[in-house]
Amino acid sequence: MLKDKDRIFQNLYNDLGPDLSSSQKRGDWTNTKELIEKGRDWIINEVKTSQLRGRGGAGFPTGIKWSFAPKEVGSRPHYLVINGDESEPGTCKDRDILRFEPHKLIEGCLIAAYAVQAHVCYIYIRGEYFIDGQKLQAAIDEAYKKKLIGKNAAGTGWDLDIYIHYGAGAYICGEETALLESLEGKKGQPRLKPPFPALIGLYGCPTILNNVETIAVVPTILRRGGKWFASLGREKNTGTKIFCISGNVNNPCNVEEEMNIPLKELIEVHAGGVIGGWDNLQAVIPGGSSMPLIPKNKCETLTMDFDSLMAEKSGLGTAGIVVINKDQDIIKCMARIARFYKHESCGQCTPCREGSGWMWRMLERMAKGEATKDEVEMLGDVTNQIAGHTICAFGEGSSWPVQGLLRHFKKEIEERNNLDLIVEKKNTIPYLVDQHLLDKKNA
Amino acid sequence: MSLRRPAKDQPENFEFNSSSLEEANTIVSKYPKGKQQSAVMALLYIAQRQNNNWIPLAAMKYIAKFLDMPYIKVYEVATFYTMYNLSPVGKYFIQVCTTTPCMIRGANHLVDACKEKISENECELSNDKSCSWMEVECLGACVNAPMMQINDDYYEDLDKEKTIKILEKILKGETPKPGSYRGRVNNEPENNRKTLMDYKNA
Repeated sequence: MLKDKDRIFQNLYNDLGPDLSSSQKRGDWTNTKELIEKGRDWIINEVKTSQLRGRGGAGFPTGIKWSFAPKEVGSRPHYLVINGDESEPGTCKDRDILRFEPHKLIEGCLIAAYAVQAHVCYIYIRGEYFIDGQKLQAAIDEAYKKKLIGKNAAGTGWDLDIYIHYGAGAYICGEETALLESLEGKKGQPRLKPPFPALIGLYGCPTILNNVETIAVVPTILRRGGKWFASLGREKNTGTKIFCISGNVNNPCNVEEEMNIPLKELIEVHAGGVIGGWDNLQAVIPGGSSMPLIPKNKCETLTMDFDSLMAEKSGLGTAGIVVINKDQDIIKCMARIARFYKHESCGQCTPCREGSGWMWRMLERMAKGEATKDEVEMLGDVTNQIAGHTICAFGEGSSWPVQGLLRHFKKEIEERNNLDLIVEKKNTIPYLVDQHLLDKKNA
Repeated sequence: MSLRRPAKDQPENFEFNSSSLEEANTIVSKYPKGKQQSAVMALLYIAQRQNNNWIPLAAMKYIAKFLDMPYIKVYEVATFYTMYNLSPVGKYFIQVCTTTPCMIRGANHLVDACKEKISENECELSNDKSCSWMEVECLGACVNAPMMQINDDYYEDLDKEKTIKILEKILKGETPKPGSYRGRVNNEPENNRKTLMDYKNA
């Protein structure tokens, strides 16, 4: 287990209070000026040394992302945008940072803004977190009052303004370009990439986007050194991470742990074990709902980091672990996730808009055992037609959980759905969903 | 995609009152000059708060003029995002999360409680017209599942009895205390905390 002194978020459970003076006692804002005086290149290099990877799901190296910002500010100003639109089912880590460690985030904003030469920073928070956003706003006001941000922020000579922008209940706005559209006052439909936001982002200006957790760990990395951060976890999967363990466990919780920690340790030690014992475990969704699930036999030895989960054809995502035990109907669980994606598709690309509904309806019927044998294959086919055929990664996000289900629980689906083709038995039933089968027969 | 339609009965006019106007001007000043369109989402919230928790078409037209943008663009935004209510909801607007992490911890019991206490179908006003409820997608408090949101507040770690108690209080016009209803503190593992123990004891 990670030592307490190596935990970055000392106030994760709000034992100490989120206000400025308590935060300063924990070490926030102690030598921000000195850190910034070491210069842009030093900051970016230190973040590169730490091998910090984005905590929002994709895991892109943060230092490299920052170095994409143009070296000189041209006619267009640079922007820093913080993504706090945390909507991935199973994930609730950013909320704790917003309400309990706001000064880590604000200090991180100042450092990041300096590194990418931005004078304005927008923090995009999902609309449902209004109360938590108000707490962050209180912290921002406090920081303005103490001159830690604003003109000549913290005595560094750098001007920075931080504004909060509330979303309004659209999951898709967690996608970076959809978030920018939303910030510009449009509906949140993702843009084509390239151009990447680092060159053409908010209002057509160079924009660096980072997750709340990514930015909040930066001040500590600079203070303790990139080498310290890189010494935790393993190569390319370094540092600490807040894991959210929810679902069928005895003590669901958020906990900050080292990368590469065994999944079993997270569940057994921190979350108090699976309800009904380890043997009652059915499957685990390791990184928020869009990551394919992992069946029990692999959970024994699984370690939680980007690359080891990738090797299992899943992903760390946002590290929102959803534990599903044998009391649950796994097909129903996935059908509910498919319904989530059907509801949240932005409607821009046809494969995703239509396909997400297809997957949901098919899975609902499969959960009831009303599907034909053929349809199991067809469901896989539908997922393949969505993934990779959309503007943003929502297509993958919505089809991966279904693919995961098909990969590991195909037998269960087939056992439950062994109906013969309805059209073959009674040709007169105008059963809409099976029209394609008729077509196939007539073809 | 969810289908969202504006209400049939629409008020003729809408205007910001003085406090809303002041708030709106502060928000517009957050964005660069000429980019006032960015404020549309925040202004829709203000309109919603002023107008008993829903947005009439007149408000969209007003905001479009206010921000000097086409009405259809405001309409697009208001119909795209699900947190804007396009038809009247109760003074207490209850949203029950039923996405998988909540579902596997028994969110359906919360839905049952709402059906018993408020209305048989979602998005219908209760008998005394003070409450309405609906199922929503993940509200981002999965560790505290099952949970629901009433206006801005989160009510966490619920079960059917606790939900019924909360709803009864609301029907009486009281505001119950938000947060966890199993007595635990925030997101810490209940009775099983293994980390940051120095502070806990301090």
